Amino acid sequence: MNSKNCLIATYFIATVISSVAADISGKVTLKGTPPKEIVVQLDPLCGKLHSADSKVTTRHFVVGQSGELADVFVYLKSEGLSNAPKPTGQTAVLDQKSCLYHPYILGLQTGQTLVVKNSDPVLHNVHPSPVVDGNKEQNKAQLPKGPDLKFIFEMEEVLLKFKCDIHPWMFAYVGVLSHPYYSVTDKSGAYTIKNVPPGKYTLIALHRKSGKPLSQAITLGENGLAANFTIDAPEPLK
Amino acid sequence: MLSESTSSRFKAGFWLHCFALFVGLCTFALIAVGGLVTSKGVGMAVPDWPNSFGYNMFLFPASEWIGGILYEHSHRLIASFVGLLTVVLAIWIWVKETAGKVKTFGIIAFTLPLLLMGVRTFHVFIPLAILSVPAVIYGIARFMKSPAELRWLGWSAVFAVILQGAMGGFRVEFKLDYLGIIHGTLAQLFFLLVIAIAVLTSQWWPASRDALKQIRIGTTFKTLTVVGLVLIFCQLLLGATMRHQHAGLAVPDFPLAHGKIWPDTDSDSIHRYNQQRMESTAINSITSFQIQLHMIHRVMALLIAVIVAAVSWKVFSSKNLNRPLRQVAAIWSLLTAIQVGLGIFTVIKGKPADIATLHVLVGALIFAASGLTVVFAHQTQSFVSVATEKLASRTLTAALKS
Repeated sequence: MNSKNCLIATYFIATVISSVAADISGKVTLKGTPPKEIVVQLDPLCGKLHSADSKVTTRHFVVGQSGELADVFVYLKSEGLSNAPKPTGQTAVLDQKSCLYHPYILGLQTGQTLVVKNSDPVLHNVHPSPVVDGNKEQNKAQLPKGPDLKFIFEMEEVLLKFKCDIHPWMFAYVGVLSHPYYSVTDKSGAYTIKNVPPGKYTLIALHRKSGKPLSQAITLGENGLAANFTIDAPEPLK
Repeated sequence: MLSESTSSRFKAGFWLHCFALFVGLCTFALIAVGGLVTSKGVGMAVPDWPNSFGYNMFLFPASEWIGGILYEHSHRLIASFVGLLTVVLAIWIWVKETAGKVKTFGIIAFTLPLLLMGVRTFHVFIPLAILSVPAVIYGIARFMKSPAELRWLGWSAVFAVILQGAMGGFRVEFKLDYLGIIHGTLAQLFFLLVIAIAVLTSQWWPASRDALKQIRIGTTFKTLTVVGLVLIFCQLLLGATMRHQHAGLAVPDFPLAHGKIWPDTDSDSIHRYNQQRMESTAINSITSFQIQLHMIHRVMALLIAVIVAAVSWKVFSSKNLNRPLRQVAAIWSLLTAIQVGLGIFTVIKGKPADIATLHVLVGALIFAASGLTVVFAHQTQSFVSVATEKLASRTLTAALKS
């Protein structure tokens, strides 16, 4: 089968799947008071990229007024998903803006290309530090507004850390899964996992500071499903 | 061991001693910057080695020394400078102690690696590092056999600094944390080596050695100094392991540990600890192993403090112990007290880079002081040898009478 036929077949399968697939959506909220974020000490070059009166802080808990929690990685446990569609060629993007990674939490499928941009007028190094065998640790320099860097990971890893050692406060996490059924909550705490084939799954919500991941056993029908999570704020340090 | 040395070594010269001290000072500065690199988590800020961002390291533009690059690149430059100084020191000692073909051989042996390092190609450093290991051991062994030949310490120092530089570079190229642990520990050993050369070339040393020979110390005391040295080395190794796992503070409170005398290390507790941490840099999550390491580090600190206190008490309470031993024991105990305070302060303040680095520096000084205490204690006569001497004297007298 040549590549054109392969593409047509993939498109056909994707169309068939999406016609019977449904969405899983919901909201994640934080219960309790989150710990205070730490003010980041920027170096002079990065400091110039922020207004003088703004303070850059860590982004552990991005919480709305009613406890809506952003940056929660919500995904399906991979068991039974070995026939999930392969990456379609769409890339995921991680950008370095004002000496911070955007987004802070990102999902990626194994084999999918992650494009890392440098929108800053500052030199960065991009240093993914996987801990799972088969995912390669790399450390590449990226010039100010330089060409994009591309990364592909072959093994599942939740969460894989990206960091800049030149600016040690810069780090982000990428959830790498073997299937495309994941999402990250937005500022309203909402998430949507699209085009999931009906079936029984374990739905997991992982926030970096939630301790153990929360999970729900779900049965997805053709009409979709709503699943909410409530994450407890960590106990304050005594 | 050292007591067999001849006085020729001590004529090594005032300027040689000054130069050795200068190398020691630069090594100390190098450890300080290296400590800052690890404390600030910027060891990988320059992704390539032996080049820096593709530039020859020595030509890397100063305008690019930003953020973590400033620390990492400075560390590399100071390291190169210390390497050069070490080669000069070794050649100086070698030239002073040898003549003819041996002298020429030494000069070539020390200059060749320097020239090879100038090639600045990663692959040159692999065989150099491999060759350096037996070369260091050979030098130490030769010195132990003939303590008058200080040039073998210089020989070891040159190959140790090559190995140390290569380890630092390999850590960057291979991205392996454990190479960082070796790099951190080897730094302390190299510092001890340079300090030993500085002391052995000093005018102070022969006089002190002669004074030490006049006193008697029990073997228990001598053993205690060796145990102290070994424990301090293990403590440095533990510290390097903790630092190069890049996980920050595994235990954030003191005197308790996660609110207990000995913290829980089950899976739920580890999750809770990581959840509670509010890190501002990209440190790794803590594990049960790291908590155990941290606690062993505390217990070892206590043990070392007790041993240092015991040695110091013995030195200061014995009337027959003279000045050199008192001096070094005083320094040893003072540094240990400061170090314990810095360790506690590091935990309480959440491991700020400057305090954590001071903790590393004082650790290096304690190790050096501890090494000197061992050397000094072993210059004295032991009770056993004095008893043997008396017995021999009595036997000789009896034989003469008969």
